[in-house]
Amino acid sequence: MERAHAVQNISFDLMPGQILCIIGESGSGKSVTANAVMGLLPRIIRIEGGSIVMDETDVLSAAPETLRGLRGRAVAMIFQDPLSALNPLMTVGDQITEVMMAHGVGTPADRKQRAIDLLTEVGLPDPELMYHQYPFRLSGGQRQRVMIAMALTLEPSILIADEPTTALDVTTQAQILDLIRDIQRRKGMSVMFITHDFGVVAEIADSVVVMEKGHIVEQGSADKVLKSPEHPYTQRLIAAVPHLTGADRHPPLTETVAPVLKVEGLMKTYASGSKIFGSYREVKAVQDVSFELAPGRTLGVVGESGSGKSSLGRLLVKLMESDGGKILFEGTDIAAMKEAEFRSLRPKIQMIFQDPFASLNPRATIGHILTVGPVAHGMPYAEAREAAKELLTHVGLDAGAFGRYPHEFSGGQRQRVGIARALMFKPKLLVADESVSALDVSIQAQILKLLDQVQQETGVSMIFITHDLRVASQICDEIAVMQKGRVVESGPPSRIFLDPQSSYTRELVAAIPGEERGAKPSH
Amino acid sequence: MPAFLLNRLWQSLVLLVIVSIIGFTVLNLIPGGPLAQFALDPGMTQDDLDRLARQMGLDRPLPVQYLDWAGKMLVGDWGNSFRDGAPVLDVIGRHIFATFLLMGSSTALSIAIGTWIGIRGATHRYSGFDYTATIGAMIALSIPTFWFGLVGIYIFSLKLGWLPAGNMYTIGDGSVLNYLHHLILPSIVLSLVNVAIWSRYMRSATLDVINQDFVKTARAKGLTERRVLMKHVVGNALLPMITLAGMQLPGILGGALVTETVFTWPGMGRLFLDSLGYSDYPVIMGLLMFSAILVILGNLLADIVVALVDPRIRLG
Repeated sequence: MERAHAVQNISFDLMPGQILCIIGESGSGKSVTANAVMGLLPRIIRIEGGSIVMDETDVLSAAPETLRGLRGRAVAMIFQDPLSALNPLMTVGDQITEVMMAHGVGTPADRKQRAIDLLTEVGLPDPELMYHQYPFRLSGGQRQRVMIAMALTLEPSILIADEPTTALDVTTQAQILDLIRDIQRRKGMSVMFITHDFGVVAEIADSVVVMEKGHIVEQGSADKVLKSPEHPYTQRLIAAVPHLTGADRHPPLTETVAPVLKVEGLMKTYASGSKIFGSYREVKAVQDVSFELAPGRTLGVVGESGSGKSSLGRLLVKLMESDGGKILFEGTDIAAMKEAEFRSLRPKIQMIFQDPFASLNPRATIGHILTVGPVAHGMPYAEAREAAKELLTHVGLDAGAFGRYPHEFSGGQRQRVGIARALMFKPKLLVADESVSALDVSIQAQILKLLDQVQQETGVSMIFITHDLRVASQICDEIAVMQKGRVVESGPPSRIFLDPQSSYTRELVAAIPGEERGAKPSH
Repeated sequence: MPAFLLNRLWQSLVLLVIVSIIGFTVLNLIPGGPLAQFALDPGMTQDDLDRLARQMGLDRPLPVQYLDWAGKMLVGDWGNSFRDGAPVLDVIGRHIFATFLLMGSSTALSIAIGTWIGIRGATHRYSGFDYTATIGAMIALSIPTFWFGLVGIYIFSLKLGWLPAGNMYTIGDGSVLNYLHHLILPSIVLSLVNVAIWSRYMRSATLDVINQDFVKTARAKGLTERRVLMKHVVGNALLPMITLAGMQLPGILGGALVTETVFTWPGMGRLFLDSLGYSDYPVIMGLLMFSAILVILGNLLADIVVALVDPRIRLG
């Protein structure tokens, strides 16, 4: 944190029965604001001034015991990551009844009944069974429903939701947003909804607060902020939001060109447990996947978590062996190749990873990260160094980045390093696995532009794996929709998004937040 | 769960066989052997030595000796000590109580204190308490146990005369109080290192948990700090510690070589040292197998307890 204050001079009102969205990019101070309201800031962050008044109580000067009485009873909170927000050692029921216990409400029998009612209310299947279930047995969406049930236990007047749908699949996100809005209307609750996604704001907000670097830059009704944003930052943010485009990037190929990559009937099955002891399980991660990719084109692979899209990516770069099918790269089947035979082809197929923080070795300089691969494949170091410096400027960094370490760079800059690293080999095929998912929208737009530019210049083909259909529509020539290991539909964006054939694709497209249904998307 | 246990039992058996083969082979590679001390006797002829070797079964090829030993071992005959002819299991039985008393008390003490220091260090991170505990742990870990033992004896036995300098009890006085009196000093000396290790592990396990979202959820529910800490933080932080506790089991019954020697404590550690000196192969092999079984048992117990406590493993 370079700035002295995480948030400064923040003022806003949360009206009864209203959904207020606080939107900002990472580091804008939106979560700090939410946690301050709950009195849940880490000890090292102290509040220096201002006031937070809830009904009649001043939260900041309240005694710890008063504050504790408010938490869970008057204000409840749900968090971003439903996987880690529930205690793994306690049953769902115990975690819900604990709220009532903490506030001395009801007898044990009452509490149990109330918990089961709540589980029913948030739409969980088989609430009686769910009551005795441990969190690890539940899907992300189900856990978030449990969190919501827990928050609703004592009918609080305020619900604070800190990015509650960010970690969820798009169809699950749509369901949870519906649930929150529905409950808010029924109970007349006030909701403070923290998000980074203008699509979500459009779906749910009554009013909006836009934050940048610890300050509020704009606030007003959702309609006003979304339709006619005044502050340049808001305008930029809204402009950066990827929208579903139904237009294709290139006209369809007229003559037939030999594909760079042709995949036929690719299979991968994960097995776990032991056959002897009866714990054997298998998951068909990739089933009978076939597609072709022309030179200089991009194939988008979209799907929700568990659809097998990342497994497919790993198979294509042979980070994992396939169980069946062919991967014809420039006409040769690489699926059947031994690692040693394939090594000479490795430089031609490169990968760009999802997490720009985890995918660069923190103890190696950028220069080392870029040159170590080519040098290992026989390029003289001096040549590799020159190439690296040139690429760094090319991807929008300074050549001086060569001697620096990854921690000195922001997420977006690191992803540029990741792209430069892949380009060092002058690859024929790039596999980008959720390469912009961890980035803020404005950065995301820049990286997408960079990838587009790289493709124009080098004619590299790309497999772009993503869960975000809006992003896929920006950069792909062809899109394959995956569900449970199979490609359920494929075609150009114009067909997938405007005229989806399979019911699953329709469901996915409908779940995209903030898109006006039925309207023809324009550029 | 039963499948898991069966699987582990299999692995354990294979492991025991491997340990015994390695142990047996290495032991017999050591120059000298059980006959070395007889050979020093000027009255011993080669014939006498050969006869002794035949009597003790040492003239047979090593694999035959091993199979003979292993076969008897399986039916509960761990052989007889070369030293006094007593069955190995009896010899171990004579020493196990002393070790259990010393190691059991000091392990219980160090787990209790270490857990408390660890949790407090984590919840009051970078406080005076935390720094003191950290520095104390570094000191306890970097100074060898025997030094603490000797200093303890010097201060509390020689200078102050409060505590006995060694042995498990005063001959002729077998009262519980007398045992406890003898237990205090070695038990505390042994605990120093264990408290240090345990508190460091507990501190980092607590820190791992304390910043997790579910702890924030617990606070957001309006739970008292005490309940947040005891139920949500400590409950989860203790999970990895169970495995660590399982690894202590062989120590509890296997004895502490150094401390038992310093305090002339008649436990398993002393037995091991003495048996090595006499090349008492049956006893050494017995102790080796005993501690191998304890290691396996300790880990197995820890796995079972973890599975009982953690639903992700029990049901997953």
